[in-house]
Amino acid sequence: MIWDALYAIWIVTAAAAALCWLSPDARLAERINLFAAVVDFGLVSYLLGATPPAGVTALGNYLLIDGFGVWVMFCLASVYLLASIYAIGYMRWMHGEAARLNRFYSLFAAFALTMFAAPAQNNPGLYWIAIDLTTIVSAFLVGFQRAPESIEAAWKYIVIVSAGLGLALLGTVLFYWAGTFVLGPVYDMTWASFAAIAPKTESVLLLLSFLLVLVGYGTKVGLAPMHTWLPDAHSEGPAPVSAMLSGALLNCAMLGVVRYLGILRGTAIAGTAHTALVVLGAFSLLVAALFITRQTVVKRLAAYSSVEHMGVIALGFGFGGPLGTIGALYHMLNHSLAKSLVFFGAGNMMHAYESKSIDHIRRVLDHFPRSGALWLAGAVAITGAPPFGLFLSELTVLRGGMASANPWAVWWMAVLLIVIFVGFLNKFREMFFGPRPEKPPHLRLGLVQVAPMVVALAAVLALGLWWLPAIWQHLAAIAAQLGEA
Amino acid sequence: MLIFHLDPLAASLFSLLAIVALILAFVMLGSHWVKNHVYAFAAESWVIAALSAAVGVYGHYPELLVIAVLTALLRGSLLPYLLLRIIDDLKQSREFTPLLQPSSSLVLGGFLVLFSYVLAHRLGVRMNVADSIAVLALTTMFALKLIGFLMLVLRAEAVSAILGLLVIENGIFLGSQILVPGMPLLLELVILFDLLIIVSTFGMLVRYLHRELGTTSSRELTRLVG
Repeated sequence: MIWDALYAIWIVTAAAAALCWLSPDARLAERINLFAAVVDFGLVSYLLGATPPAGVTALGNYLLIDGFGVWVMFCLASVYLLASIYAIGYMRWMHGEAARLNRFYSLFAAFALTMFAAPAQNNPGLYWIAIDLTTIVSAFLVGFQRAPESIEAAWKYIVIVSAGLGLALLGTVLFYWAGTFVLGPVYDMTWASFAAIAPKTESVLLLLSFLLVLVGYGTKVGLAPMHTWLPDAHSEGPAPVSAMLSGALLNCAMLGVVRYLGILRGTAIAGTAHTALVVLGAFSLLVAALFITRQTVVKRLAAYSSVEHMGVIALGFGFGGPLGTIGALYHMLNHSLAKSLVFFGAGNMMHAYESKSIDHIRRVLDHFPRSGALWLAGAVAITGAPPFGLFLSELTVLRGGMASANPWAVWWMAVLLIVIFVGFLNKFREMFFGPRPEKPPHLRLGLVQVAPMVVALAAVLALGLWWLPAIWQHLAAIAAQLGEA
Repeated sequence: MLIFHLDPLAASLFSLLAIVALILAFVMLGSHWVKNHVYAFAAESWVIAALSAAVGVYGHYPELLVIAVLTALLRGSLLPYLLLRIIDDLKQSREFTPLLQPSSSLVLGGFLVLFSYVLAHRLGVRMNVADSIAVLALTTMFALKLIGFLMLVLRAEAVSAILGLLVIENGIFLGSQILVPGMPLLLELVILFDLLIIVSTFGMLVRYLHRELGTTSSRELTRLVG
């Protein structure tokens, strides 16, 4: 049944991508895509309950479905569903692109398909391919509007990420080479076989391979200093694409980093590897804080917030231990939901005020009392204030850090989270309470633009008010499986 | 493992091919004509195809012969053809905005090879393979990687960026043929086709760049900052 559900997800999403491409009419395409998103969400929810945390393999050991992979898929499915609803309203505003909208939905579904494929790969090489394919498909989505800025962003995105992924491929090959000293010249390349060879391998080679993989996938995760593509791609794509990039794609790449980290457990360099991740996470927070406080473009503000949150997640996994890992896992879901909310609101307001600049968006609450309030609540949530879910997960990561080998990073993280809180909300203060705009916005927001925001906010609020014991236990089981018990 | 019991003739043949591939990367560093870069890349791919075939014959990996044919066809013929088409479409025959003179880039490339050798040698000593061809394979792998990055940094034209990435890929492919000839066939096949998709994607994006921005030089892509 588990496998049927996974294959069904792939088949439905692939069929949606194909049908949207062939669909003569954009209205039909948006319904097909939405249908796929609803089905995917249902199936992933089923998988969440049905999958044993240790995972099962199939298809000659090529596929693996485990608790961690399904958790990443669940974050992805939630964002895909919300973004598919939001896209219906948002993309109709783009009158110039009306004739190509079916292609947008086709690429959108294909993007989701590549991301559903990545977490289920049991072969690190095929995982690399899946991540590479996500880059290719999403580059077209980023450049969809064909404006000079979008094309520039798509170009920078694909060049930087491809160069980074080249490093990850080199790391993968070196890992395989390390295994040939133990298992002989030909063996199955799987996460499990890599984990089996790691303790018997010369630690210098192991560390070199891990650092290559960390920098490679770290580029895709958006960890500073390899994050430079991220603000461009997130800010220049259409808002539903920004949400998918930030809330879904970054997690899929983080999964690779964490799987490699799990491979190293019990080796001499496990501590060094964790510290390397902590250092990258800490640096990401610093870069995000510096750029958030001086930001002038609304979606870049949200994009640097993604760098920040990927830094928090990297810190959580880098701290390790049950608390750090559970906090990071919970943070993945909270961040996916809250960041979607922020991007949806930003998309609405950019369209309403016809500007990307924070300086031109003023007095949002006067003009949009309801959706403005939702957006503001999203901003409060994304900065990690109570009573929202991100507060709980960040606190858990901090607690994990105190028990870890790198307690200095706890202070670093706490101070920078406060700086980001002040800097981020200061930008929102300008947009909500500044002087009246010269040109008041004229726009009526429909249900499809506001409903996903309501759902996302309700979910983040619920996750923050009550951390269900069932979720905690589920995440603890995943953490134990990753060797962080 | 192949690298341990290799007869001297095979070892010298592998070394020769790896070194030729490395020298071809220097041709790319030393020239300003984009078409020369593509020809050098094509030649390098054929050398790698020959290496795959040689490893397949001497190491008894018949599937590597398939890889060799595909490498020659895809990397050695189809990709260069696609690149030349892009160059012809955009009428950019020269890299106009290099940061360094070719001579300085060559010297810098030499230092990168030296650095790669030191790294590979130290790794080889720790792994007890210092007297085998593995050190040369690692050196080539790291050196092509670094030279590819150097090309990405120094050159501004979009086509040069694609070529830089392809050199990086070639380095990994070359090294993996010697180090891990038994790496699952499926993976190598998928990587080959993946490369094709990437280059087609790059080709489309370069055309968009040309049409929407009127430039293909990354030095003029300065709208998005901060």
